[in-house]
Amino acid sequence: MQELQSAFWEAGRLLLTFDSDLTEIVFLSLRVTLSAVFIGCLIGFPFGAFLAVARFPGRTVIVVIVNAFMGLPPVVAGLFLYLLLSRSGPLGPLALLYTPTAMIIAQAVLVTPIVTAMTRQVVEDLYQEYDEQFRSMGLFGARAVPSLLWDARYSLITGALAGFGRAAAEVGAVLIVGGNINHVTRVMTTTIALETSRGNLSLALGLGLVLISLSLLINAAVMSLRGSAKRLAYV
Amino acid sequence: MNRTFTRRFVLAAAFAGAAAVTLGQAVAADMPFITVQSTTSTLNSGLYDYLLPIFQKEKGIEVRVVAVGTGQAIKNARNGDGDVLLVHAKSAEEKFVADGFGVKRSDLMYNDFVIVGPADDPAGVAGMSEVKAAMKKIAASEAPFASRGDDSGTHKKERSLWKAAGVEPAGGWYRETGSGMGATLNTGIGMGAYVMTDRATWIKFGNKGDYQIAVEGDAAMFNQYGIIAVNPEKHPHVKVKESQVFIDWMLSPAGQEAIGAYMVDGKQLFFPNADKAGS
Repeated sequence: MQELQSAFWEAGRLLLTFDSDLTEIVFLSLRVTLSAVFIGCLIGFPFGAFLAVARFPGRTVIVVIVNAFMGLPPVVAGLFLYLLLSRSGPLGPLALLYTPTAMIIAQAVLVTPIVTAMTRQVVEDLYQEYDEQFRSMGLFGARAVPSLLWDARYSLITGALAGFGRAAAEVGAVLIVGGNINHVTRVMTTTIALETSRGNLSLALGLGLVLISLSLLINAAVMSLRGSAKRLAYV
Repeated sequence: MNRTFTRRFVLAAAFAGAAAVTLGQAVAADMPFITVQSTTSTLNSGLYDYLLPIFQKEKGIEVRVVAVGTGQAIKNARNGDGDVLLVHAKSAEEKFVADGFGVKRSDLMYNDFVIVGPADDPAGVAGMSEVKAAMKKIAASEAPFASRGDDSGTHKKERSLWKAAGVEPAGGWYRETGSGMGATLNTGIGMGAYVMTDRATWIKFGNKGDYQIAVEGDAAMFNQYGIIAVNPEKHPHVKVKESQVFIDWMLSPAGQEAIGAYMVDGKQLFFPNADKAGS
């Protein structure tokens, strides 16, 4: 019980003292995760919309695979990328292992299926609903994609936030391809894992509370942006 | 219709774009750096946080430490994912060199292993200094024992001690956590099990509960750390020059003194022994 109490003290102390190591770790976490979400959306939005409107043999199989990959264990993604990026692996000469770039790639691998799957569902529902309208406007299949994505934008934000949640929470992938190197690849989740293994449980939990606050802040910011955008859109 | 929204949208997109621009940006690329594959015990003990800034200030080389179990560290170094290997499993290290992946192994420092246990001491081993007898007693009483089970240096040592004690640890009392030293301590303490740990991790460990050192002081519990440069003949990309500067410094009087000066709670965690070395 005392551990829980002191965790809140730790979290408060960390936030109030503006610890410089913590600031660095928070910024790296944000940079890695937001970049991964950005890449995930860049791929997932168009790919998901394509899967929603296109009809081709094997489409269902791809949809099932994408859905299944939402459950890809981060440690498996990390291991797979380690073998690719290792100096002995096919992409070894790029020297990306143990860099933030490797961590971004790893998290993008985790985020993309989530964004793709949610986009596919949202757009498909919308497409079915407005099928006739689109036809009357002469928009079929792929040509309807930009309009569909635009009309679905508020729902897609939720998909992007789900991807953000996934990336912000995972530790398995970034630990393997990042290496948790101090001042280079150490992020919030790997720091929490490290402090736990050092037996500094309240510090670890305190860091967890900081991470959750950050997540809360970002979600609130997106929500308010979306709210005001929606109000303005219907003026 | 909604110019404000469009503007906001562009703003958001620009923000996301800015985030993406930082994608490939390297951190502090101005200083040469080497990557060291090392063990969780040295990282958890806080040694690197103390030692590396001193080295960096003196020689202008950044040292990036990847801390995993010794087994994984050696595997990573074999793959060429590090310039220097700093671990504690002498026979595995010698094999690494013999297989041509390392240039030369040097003794660097040592400390010792201890067995920690709960205050009520269910196996009655507290205060023992003969580790084989203590392990036999733990096995006979079937008091829970948490093992790393991860092919780390500590795990290898523990297995060799069981073997020397003539016990094949198996059954419900012998629990392999399959994780690092700190995680195993957390788990072991959570279930009231004896745990073998290196002394440095134990002294620095923050979640001791009512645990105390039960068994210590046996020469068989000696824990030697070695340092090896990864062989450029196997991996031409390794940073030979910087690695050698690091290894030479660690083995030099300056480095050895710095290792010996690292204290936690007034206790020295690592004892330099490079000069007494020989590989």
